[in-house]
Amino acid sequence: MAEDCSISELEAKASRCRGEILRMTHRASAGHPGGSLSETDILVALYATKMRVDPANPKWPDRDRFILSKGHASPGMYAILEEQGFISKEDLKSYRVMGGTCQGHVDMKWTPGVDFSAGSLGMGLSYGIGCALAARFDGSERNAYVMLGDGEIQEGSVWEAAMAAAHHELGNLKVFVDCNRIQNDDFVENQMRMFDIAAKWESFGWAVREIDGHNMQEILDALDWFDGVGNKPAVIVANTVKGKGVSFMENNPAFHGAAPNDEQLGQGLAELGLIQ
Amino acid sequence: MSDMAATRDGYGQALLEMAGDEKVVVLEADLGKSTKSVIFRKAHPERTISCGIGEQNMMLIGAGLASSGYKPFASTFAIFTERGFEQVRNGIARPNLAVHICGSHGGTHTGTDGGSAQSIEDLAIYRTLPNMTVMHPSDYLSAMSLTKQCLGLSGPSYMRTARNKTIKLYSDESEITIGKANILRHGDAVAIIACGVLVGESLEAAEALAAEGIEAMVLDMHTLKPLDNEAINRAVDTCGCLVTAEDHSVIGGLGGAVAEYVCANQPVPLEMVGVKDRFGESAQSDEMLEMMGLTSKHIAAAARRAIQRKENN
Ligand SMILES: Cc1ncc(C[n+]2csc(CCOP(=O)(O)OP(=O)(O)O)c2C)c(N)n1
Ligand SMILES: [Mg+2]
Repeated sequence: MAEDCSISELEAKASRCRGEILRMTHRASAGHPGGSLSETDILVALYATKMRVDPANPKWPDRDRFILSKGHASPGMYAILEEQGFISKEDLKSYRVMGGTCQGHVDMKWTPGVDFSAGSLGMGLSYGIGCALAARFDGSERNAYVMLGDGEIQEGSVWEAAMAAAHHELGNLKVFVDCNRIQNDDFVENQMRMFDIAAKWESFGWAVREIDGHNMQEILDALDWFDGVGNKPAVIVANTVKGKGVSFMENNPAFHGAAPNDEQLGQGLAELGLIQ
Repeated sequence: MSDMAATRDGYGQALLEMAGDEKVVVLEADLGKSTKSVIFRKAHPERTISCGIGEQNMMLIGAGLASSGYKPFASTFAIFTERGFEQVRNGIARPNLAVHICGSHGGTHTGTDGGSAQSIEDLAIYRTLPNMTVMHPSDYLSAMSLTKQCLGLSGPSYMRTARNKTIKLYSDESEITIGKANILRHGDAVAIIACGVLVGESLEAAEALAAEGIEAMVLDMHTLKPLDNEAINRAVDTCGCLVTAEDHSVIGGLGGAVAEYVCANQPVPLEMVGVKDRFGESAQSDEMLEMMGLTSKHIAAAARRAIQRKENN
């Protein structure tokens, strides 16, 4: 359930999550730290202050849904689920391990608290529409939150969904775009220029707000703004830094899908203030 | 010299070596570093087209290029080619446009990325399309050779490559031809027909069987379509029973293709080694092969079952 948290408490929680992201990918010698680190502040604020969920009853039918459409950034998801008590520290060690709770990409059949099995980009927003429509049919106030990547929104299916959500006036559908400016091979700018992302969503009939996705106060304000947009679907276009918090990963496409080695883990944890 | 190399590297190297043909163009969907088309991109950025993370888009851009006299090679992960399946069906295969699609990271061997990334149905679905050539090479050199031979095809093709290194089976002298199976080992007790990663496993299985006095024939069926029916006929005549082995669903892939042919022509006992109608999950490559029942041990056991059934007939 939503807690009351001060900014400094949220920031400390985010640092702990970042530490776990480094440890998980380091242990697995694989995985996606960059996009996990960029989404972390938003996940922390969302789960700590907004999400109506119950770790003791993760399948509670009337819970809010959170759909990590960029499902490769699963370490970020597992870290916040551990913080909130859905899974244990021991579970985090099973990331990418045979039989483990924490699969390579988020998977609703394997991990309590995961609402959608992702890994193939461009699917989560349509799924979110389904969840939002179901809430409406049920007469429920619950929300569907979706996290998209800025590379991911190159998928045409995202825009089919964007159109449908506005058409069906889904005010209970709340989306984040993690604009960290990097995708798999390279910078977004070099792979497929997206031009004005906010203007695109606006022209599709969405309520749009642009924020600094690492400024906790701006994130909290934007989450409150979500609640007042009425019958339009709403999107927060979050300007973020891929690899945020770990100097050698920041703005570095190489750490989209590469794990830190022993030395890098130590340096990263030190930079996060988690070890001396 | 390393005797291990990945088929995806063979694909990338072939693209580079085909660059002398100015009509060759390379299409990417933000996975060039993974499928290895990056090897071509580095040398020829002007002929490499980034389609963004948009596989459907990529397939039809390829179709337009092919219709205008270009020779497009489009790659992404095997699983994500499937996002554009209907585009391939109606935009490429039906008009018979020579777009060459490569799906890398196929099969459960892909490993810890997990079930969402492990395509176990790509060979089956592409095999159903008229005009399509479907290939799944077993080693670096054969991947390179088969990729280059695509330039001689008048229609589209799909090739699955693998993420991880596998043992090198061929040399520069080897003759590798689209549509012609390679016999890697002679024997008359059972014929093991394999593709991709499981060709190496099949050779190991044959060694283990030989130690028991069972001589197995091993065929590398790198082309699933058109299937080398003559090679199958010879295997049936010589051995009288068959095993198929693939890192792919037992439904519709190599096992399916061989079963369709053999049942309609010369029925003999056939045992299929493949993924048994289930999805994969996160684990290391060797763990996945074990979990899915795809190792040399499983292939040898299937061979013994096939021989038993032949003898019971
Ligand atoms: C349909 C599909 N195509 C390709 C991929 C391979 N892939 C995994 S992550 C990635 C880049 C994603 O970039 P972005 O959405 O910006 O994520 P982030 O930067 O937040 O990690 C790609 C191309 C995929 N998972 N799904
Ligand atoms: Mg990005």
